Amino acid sequence: MGTFGGPTTSSPEQKASRLSRSAEPTRTRSAPGGMSRYFQDVGAIIWKDVISELRTKEMLSSMVVFAVLVILIFNFALEVSGVAPDLIVPGVLWVAITFAGILGLNRSMASEKDKGCLEGLMLCPVDRSAIFLGKMLGNVIFMLIVEVVVVPVLSVLFNLPILMPWLILIVVLGTFGFATVGTLLSTVAVNTRTREVMLPVLLFPIIVPLIIASVKATRAIIIGQAWADILPWLQLLGAFDVIFLVVCLLVFQFVIQE
Amino acid sequence: MSTELLETPEEQGVDYAIEVEGLTKAFGSFYALKGVDLRVPRGEFLTLLGPNGAGKTTLIKILATLSQPTAGFVSVAGVDMKTRSVEVRSVLGVISHQIYLYDDLTAEENLRFYGKMFGVANLESRIEGLLRRVGLYKRRHDSVRTYSRGMQQRLSIARALIHDPEILLLDEPDTGLDQHSADMLGEMLRDLNVPGRSIIMTTHHLERGIEMCDRVAILSGGRIVFDRRRELLDVGDFRRTYYEFTGAKG
Repeated sequence: MGTFGGPTTSSPEQKASRLSRSAEPTRTRSAPGGMSRYFQDVGAIIWKDVISELRTKEMLSSMVVFAVLVILIFNFALEVSGVAPDLIVPGVLWVAITFAGILGLNRSMASEKDKGCLEGLMLCPVDRSAIFLGKMLGNVIFMLIVEVVVVPVLSVLFNLPILMPWLILIVVLGTFGFATVGTLLSTVAVNTRTREVMLPVLLFPIIVPLIIASVKATRAIIIGQAWADILPWLQLLGAFDVIFLVVCLLVFQFVIQE
Repeated sequence: MSTELLETPEEQGVDYAIEVEGLTKAFGSFYALKGVDLRVPRGEFLTLLGPNGAGKTTLIKILATLSQPTAGFVSVAGVDMKTRSVEVRSVLGVISHQIYLYDDLTAEENLRFYGKMFGVANLESRIEGLLRRVGLYKRRHDSVRTYSRGMQQRLSIARALIHDPEILLLDEPDTGLDQHSADMLGEMLRDLNVPGRSIIMTTHHLERGIEMCDRVAILSGGRIVFDRRRELLDVGDFRRTYYEFTGAKG
């Protein structure tokens, strides 16, 4: 007798005497639902990521510490150079956001892959794009939390008032685009052996227009340029976000499939 | 191949939970599945045996919509997997040696997450019922990382049952478990075999596989080489047949 010991072939009577399927049918969706169902799925993934992160704080703490260290290093390195802060602060801000973002993106998808949970998500009866959107918006939330810390630190260390309403819009647009492309490419990178290196190698060339537009727009706002000078960069950021969101939603199902 | 070894039921009017025709899966030049034909009637428990590299996990992954076939037709619960994979996933439950659980979340939170993803009605009562059934209700607020491997696998069963699936796919569910945990898991797996639910289980263990099933098949070299109902099986002969096909020593 093997390990499992007990009855052998089951008669219908024997089967019926065991734990039956629910007396009341457990209603589940049998077909793709509408948009509200779609966004409930997206919300469930975001909820899961946020709860996990609030419990461990592994990703947020490493992202915040890393971003602050980047700012500190730039502060020490550039302080003696005598360069005007308004010329360097936009660049430092986006370098810190980009590097911290890479850390978060790597960790976000690796945690799914390492525990086999990515397959668990793929077994759910949801559109694959909902998985992408949930993961991507989770990454946006974590990056925005980091930025809430980073921007004031930057402002204090470089003694430059950069907390302006329009800066929030630029940071949100830049973060959205970064997380969109980054989430897709982290799904690619997570399947490689050198994923920590692979993600920046894949991501940085693609986000060059986004970073240029973000830095230029940030600088334009800090030095108080006219709205007409800021608008083209905002348009570029908006266009980048929309185009890459659509592309990533469409191609994610092929990237995630074995 | 002797046709007497393949006795796949193909009666007229049989309601099949799973139908597979000419299923082929290639990884580059390597063919993991070479034209598999398989039909599992509704309510049947099929055990799929085979050595490492036989293609068992590849077949389960394709049935679970985790992998795309290179060629062939797959229908699950009467639904074409290729065109309506979301519907297929709504009737499937998968239990594997991978537990598909988030170890930073509690047992209750894990089930709540998967319940939401499957659109389960009366989710809270369903979660409570399942946690009691797998004996983890008292530990429901503990994070999964504090669970033993056996407890995690029991929770994985609850996860797979959260939407009361018509079809269960079990891919070597006892891998990595100690004897006691494997015994407990065996009891639970036996309870999964209820009217209206079809089960395909892959395993390396002959005795475990044969005990619970209605039908046994052997997958070897990417092909179904043996397929017979349990009641027609002579266990001694079957053991020899298995070793013959798998190349293992009896």
